[in-house]
Amino acid sequence: MTDATQTQIFHDGDADKGFRAGWWTSRVLIYGILILWAIVCLFPIYWTITTSFKAAPDVMKGNIVPWVDYTPKWLGFRSLGLSPETIGSESTVREEFLKRFWNSAIVAVCSSLLALILGSMAAYGLSRFSYKFGFMKNGDILFFFLSQLILPPVVLALPFLVLYKEVALLDTRIGLILLYTLTVLPIVIWIMRDQFGSIPAELEEAAFVDGLSVWGAFLTIVMPIALPGMVAAFILSLVLTWNEYFFAALLTSTHANTLPVMVASQTGSQGISWWSMAALSFMAILPLIVIGILLERFIIKGMAAGAVK
Amino acid sequence: MSEGEYLHVVTRDDISDTRRRFGRGIVWATGLLTLGVALLQFLDQNGAINFGFENWRPTLYAYCTWIVAFCWAQVLVHGEQGKRRLFIVPAAIFVVSMVVFPLIFALGIAFSDWNLSSPDGRQFNGLDNVRQMWGDPFYWNAMTNMVWYCLAIIVEYAIAFGLALLLNAQIRGRKFFRVAFLLPLMLSPVAVSWMIGKSMLEIRFGPISRLLRDLGWDNPSFFGSPEVARFWIMAMDAWTFIPFMMIMILAGLQAIPRELHEAAEVDGASSWRRFWEVTFPLMLPVSITAILIRIIFKLKLADIIINVTSGGPGGATDSVTSFIFREYRDRSNVGYGTLLAIAYLVIIVIVMTIVMKLAERWMRPRY
Repeated sequence: MTDATQTQIFHDGDADKGFRAGWWTSRVLIYGILILWAIVCLFPIYWTITTSFKAAPDVMKGNIVPWVDYTPKWLGFRSLGLSPETIGSESTVREEFLKRFWNSAIVAVCSSLLALILGSMAAYGLSRFSYKFGFMKNGDILFFFLSQLILPPVVLALPFLVLYKEVALLDTRIGLILLYTLTVLPIVIWIMRDQFGSIPAELEEAAFVDGLSVWGAFLTIVMPIALPGMVAAFILSLVLTWNEYFFAALLTSTHANTLPVMVASQTGSQGISWWSMAALSFMAILPLIVIGILLERFIIKGMAAGAVK
Repeated sequence: MSEGEYLHVVTRDDISDTRRRFGRGIVWATGLLTLGVALLQFLDQNGAINFGFENWRPTLYAYCTWIVAFCWAQVLVHGEQGKRRLFIVPAAIFVVSMVVFPLIFALGIAFSDWNLSSPDGRQFNGLDNVRQMWGDPFYWNAMTNMVWYCLAIIVEYAIAFGLALLLNAQIRGRKFFRVAFLLPLMLSPVAVSWMIGKSMLEIRFGPISRLLRDLGWDNPSFFGSPEVARFWIMAMDAWTFIPFMMIMILAGLQAIPRELHEAAEVDGASSWRRFWEVTFPLMLPVSITAILIRIIFKLKLADIIINVTSGGPGGATDSVTSFIFREYRDRSNVGYGTLLAIAYLVIIVIVMTIVMKLAERWMRPRY
């Protein structure tokens, strides 16, 4: 017996060879598509970041890779007053920007919190008790809440414009907070109902035996268990409210302007320098990119709720 | 909605008559207070009396006291049952006062000629707005555009399904790809419309036009002709929302038990047939949910259009929302704009009801 015959015993059959080749092509194809789509997703963000460090000739030439094609400069951030040289000194642009940023942050956080409180209470009630208000039973009440999602914002926008003018809520943060709460409330209820539905009712029954009231059981037993779902709902509403443009554009003018309105007003004016627009856009999306990278788990959990029954 | 189990707690409440009466009393008192203040303000505005109200804030505050009293009275009057009601009452009152009242108010505005910039104020004009809407080619053009935009969802769905399948396959670096694919959803449409619509699609030195020029298209123009402009709006909107559908479908895929695939594999089904006869039918409910939610979001599409093309060229990219937005911005025509919005709402509700009924039929398993 020679070595050659020995190795012969363990050779791959023709069918296996074909299989291996097929496996390799499918691998290459899968990773090819994945990488291609990752580029499609990430390139605009990359483009925005790099553009904020370009000077005019670099923009014209369409340079893409920093340090290779061009030397990055702080132009974009200097025009916002956020570059290393200008950060120490007074800057009206920066103050303007920070004011808008602050408005956006307050409005987004407050409305998400309010929606979370109202929404999880309603979702808990609907998943645990049976109600009857006139002809409305649980299913109808739930449908009433969720149907608000269909309502296009444009239907409410003009009446609110007039109503807010009457009650002097136009161009105030509170006015925006109330409206934003309304827009994200159905989503919060949707996610939280799913969440509470997965918690067994025996937990509360045990808590009642131990002498807790309905609200006591909700606050001390159920809420901590449902916390991941609440975080998911909160973050999802945060994303939606931070990005909201339509209501903000109609209902605010000088005091309560949010960041998207500021970005949009800059795009309108001609001759605006690319690098400063890029820096502004980048600063507007930065908080959400950070949230997206760090809390991706929760966002996916929130969006998957209701997808799987 | 039979999900979860209801709690059945029997409690005996001893609610005294005085407590019950007090509860009803505060609701009525604050309710009357609200009505009274509203009436005073109404008279004040019509000039019958002069209190010097600057705005309707007092009525708003009175209404708030009524809300608090109403919630409190639930507990006072109904005891334990009321405490349970307190879970949904605040949200319900909030939604009713933020949606139902403005909608009624909107109906009033819709049938009047009201230009905010003209000094005449509001004038009832009956069905004039309806007639104007009927003959407004731009509005119906925007409606047709909405149909096109909604049809684009099919393509988005196909791409999202493909990506979800890939992410569900055995791959390395899944976390990286998931985060990367999710990021477009996090970006604000306004920023996207600058980043892509204004900067990357810039005709002279945007990277996409550069690429197209290298590929042989001499003079790429993105928002010149109606079809191409509409395509780019669709593409940008798809770019932000594909992750959303992808994640819902991915969650559905991960919930399918492995045994089903293995069983099909043992039976000798090719992967193509395995997809069409096992995966796809099982994914139907999730798919329909995802598409329905996507349609709902699509119907609100406006931000990108307002910021990139503002409806142009010649209204070819207008969505209903962006059209009404400009109707208000350019002409401050509140009355007509509101009527258009309400007509839109009515159409949406009818169409969505039909679609949901159909979807319910499709979702029912057929075996």
